[in-house]
Amino acid sequence: MSTISTTQPLSSADAADRPRSGNWDGGNEPFKASYGKLMMWFFLLSDAFTFAAFLTTYGLIRHRYPAFDAAAGKVFEFSTAYWPVPDKVFDGFPGLHGQSVPLGFVALMTMILIFSSVTMVLAVEAGHRMDKKDVQKWLLWTILFGATFLGSQAWEWSHFIHGTDEGTKMLDGTTVYGANLAVNQYGPVLFADLFFFITGFHGTHVFSGVCLLVWSFIATTNGTFEKRGHYEMVEKIGLYWHFVDLVWVFVFTFFYLV
Amino acid sequence: MANHVGTEHTTHTGEIPKPNTGWIWKTFFVLVGITALEFVFVFLMDPGTLRNAIFIILTIFKAFFIVAEFMHLKHEVKSLIWTILIPMALLVWLLIALITEGSYQNSFWNVFN
Repeated sequence: MSTISTTQPLSSADAADRPRSGNWDGGNEPFKASYGKLMMWFFLLSDAFTFAAFLTTYGLIRHRYPAFDAAAGKVFEFSTAYWPVPDKVFDGFPGLHGQSVPLGFVALMTMILIFSSVTMVLAVEAGHRMDKKDVQKWLLWTILFGATFLGSQAWEWSHFIHGTDEGTKMLDGTTVYGANLAVNQYGPVLFADLFFFITGFHGTHVFSGVCLLVWSFIATTNGTFEKRGHYEMVEKIGLYWHFVDLVWVFVFTFFYLV
Repeated sequence: MANHVGTEHTTHTGEIPKPNTGWIWKTFFVLVGITALEFVFVFLMDPGTLRNAIFIILTIFKAFFIVAEFMHLKHEVKSLIWTILIPMALLVWLLIALITEGSYQNSFWNVFN
């Protein structure tokens, strides 16, 4: 704000004509961030609304159903009467058929995503130093971890869809194996629906992120950013990538832990 | 501006400065540590409101480190930080309101069961 003193009459031509030079008086960047970075932040904010809507829906629907009461001394079994306990549903591990590894595979997927986040910051940091070789190296690692995560999620989905060997006997006498949008062996119909929608939407984001990373790797290799004089594009894609990791942190807590 | 990240781009003189990655690995170990702690609570504690509260607090810690350090929000100007955080606070309100609604519907259904 310009310093217009109220003790002086405003008509003093001096005060009115002086150009205003405050943060919000125009002609500068009040947020000290470039247009592109700012718009990425606002896009991520709107994307956060979408995921929050998903997770809020999960919370609402989950609380509609009774929880499994372990204190009553019963052994947990799949039933449409109550919401399933996540570590009884997600206990498969590739190569360990029929064995129970509660949340083991999800732990691995979480680690892969945290690692990919670290290699992404390392790529951004290398970009600040204009170190083309390092940017390439860390972008490649990030692509590798991202693709591994997508592969893991494909396995997770396939395992969830095919279900256990025994299946679950329904009230009408039929036995259901695995899950689809209309029926599933783990619990209420909506449990599987929410699983497909929430992890699917997150997986789609990871897929878009990997595409952006591959593109920025090609651009880095071609020297596009070096000619431009900065690696801000890598920084913006980095913001998106960390956001995807952030969403997983919440999905992990609300879908797998709680 | 924090001393650990040079936001200003180095001038292109051909000389590449040494990487400064200590803070990145520190954040990484914090994230892995919190995740490990979450698994300890999954297996050593019975499900309940207290355990859920612990999970949510640990999740917010993790979110803080990702957003503040990796996404660099901690080092942006205050007005940008608030622009992002205030709308998120409204979502927390929505979440609490709808979970309460879900619990109410549950108690309602049990009358008929």
